Amino acid sequence: METKEFTCIRCPLGCNVVATLEDGRIVSITGNTCPRGAEYVTNELTDPRRIVTSLVKVTGGAHPVVSVKTASDIPKGKIFDCLAALRSVELVAPVRIGDVVLADVCGTGVDIVATSNVQ
Amino acid sequence: MEKDLVIIGGGPAGLAAAIAAKEAGVSNLLILERDNKLGGILNQCIHNGFGLHTFKEELTGPEYAARFIDKALKLEIPYKLETMVIDISRDGDFKMVSYMNREEGLVTVKAKAVILCMGCRERSRGALNIPGYRPAGIYTAGTAQRYVNIEGRMPGKEVVILGSGDIGLIMARRMTFEGAKVKLVAELMPYSGGLKRNIAQCLKDFDIPLLLSHTVVDIKGKERVEAVVIAKVDENSKPIPGTEEEIKCDTLLLSCGLIPENELSGGLGVGMNRVTGGPLVNESLETDIEGVFACGNVLHVHDLVDYVSEESAQAGKKAAEYLGVNEEKDSCDKERCAIKETGGKSDDKDTEKADHFIKINAVDGVRYTVPSVIRLSHMEDRQTVRFRVGAVYKKAAIQVLAGDKEIMNLKKAALAPGEMEQVILQKSVLESIPDLEEVTIRVKTD
Repeated sequence: METKEFTCIRCPLGCNVVATLEDGRIVSITGNTCPRGAEYVTNELTDPRRIVTSLVKVTGGAHPVVSVKTASDIPKGKIFDCLAALRSVELVAPVRIGDVVLADVCGTGVDIVATSNVQ
Repeated sequence: MEKDLVIIGGGPAGLAAAIAAKEAGVSNLLILERDNKLGGILNQCIHNGFGLHTFKEELTGPEYAARFIDKALKLEIPYKLETMVIDISRDGDFKMVSYMNREEGLVTVKAKAVILCMGCRERSRGALNIPGYRPAGIYTAGTAQRYVNIEGRMPGKEVVILGSGDIGLIMARRMTFEGAKVKLVAELMPYSGGLKRNIAQCLKDFDIPLLLSHTVVDIKGKERVEAVVIAKVDENSKPIPGTEEEIKCDTLLLSCGLIPENELSGGLGVGMNRVTGGPLVNESLETDIEGVFACGNVLHVHDLVDYVSEESAQAGKKAAEYLGVNEEKDSCDKERCAIKETGGKSDDKDTEKADHFIKINAVDGVRYTVPSVIRLSHMEDRQTVRFRVGAVYKKAAIQVLAGDKEIMNLKKAALAPGEMEQVILQKSVLESIPDLEEVTIRVKTD
């Protein structure tokens, strides 16, 4: 039996969640105050994922950059590939919240969308 | 110019307060904002994690701000940008708000009520007394955040962060994303001042060390930061000789606490709470000057914007009540109640009693409460009381006493200074205790 501790990042409560493993299989999850904690830890042990937020260059607008995010979480191992892909994107103003900036980033099936408006 | 309500600041607090006031019927109102757009600090907080309470979804800062800005625009709430309030004073019952901008010059608005929503600012190097030269490369975390996220410029390549407040933790990840090497985060206290999830997702995810009970004792470099010297500190936060270590870097970010920005409140003569650095307020979030309300980070520094919005909506609603927008309806309701309860005869003694103050004591680990006093006559059925604790507690409880009677005992697996706590007081419970003068909130440990 092996235990692993996690700080759940699904909400600001930051529950301390403990997973008990046997031969790499999860036998119990404790310490979470909601089902998302169990889901988070299960993902952390099998396929850790993160929402990535960053910036993309914009020309012709009031600001030189626009904030963006992955529309849903992507594999943790692809964070830096995703950031690298964003560096070569250049948008032209105006940009609206929700505009798709880059579709299917790094083959994750997840789009990058704008999170602020640039006029 | 005469206004019923002037709201000072167009960040999350000002927007929520204005929306609530407008929805409660205040139409002659005005938001004054010094930046060139509404939304305040949220505009530079491009990370996600906002709005889980308010919208039941996870938004980034600009998206959260946009929801409120859109609503304010839809409600046609008037606002002025790049407008700096420089003074608030009293003229009888009126509040004279003086502001300045490029188009109008210096203008004074006569307001019946004011809501203070100026937010907070970061503790700067000057306030920290770090020895050493004054080279380029030292920024507060929020300043660096603005450079990176709004202006698209990187402040440096090799970074040390002093202080583990949330902005510092968020910037550790942000700078890493932009290709900088964040060498470590040093925290003076034996615990972090930031949210646990931020330590997990901003430091641990990228193997950035967090050194607790450490501080910066020297900054090397004359033109530009070349290195900082960190040292371990003892239980009195004094550096321990012999533990110094030089860390090569070109940038030092400071995330050492936020201070409510209350110069205007001070000038007006509002009574202040020495613990929070914000005004003292009652259940209506009204200061000791009638018609002057406060909410958001100018009142006390919050951990989540969702709570700022909630608190500020309450301030907006209460300001509307003060302005008597619902006066007619209210007095009708009161009359009706009076008729129902006393058969048409109002009882003077009851009215007197209803106006009495209940003081809220913060003791045994509870550093302060907002509000600090409750007038039963103005209390809603449920009153949220927010506070912070002064140390880290494991397996403790928040105990609420009305007089000396326990009315609440909330078990907590952990309590930490970095996280705001709250209890909800029921009006019916307080009313059921005769001659109640004090409510006490404390941390109970076994």
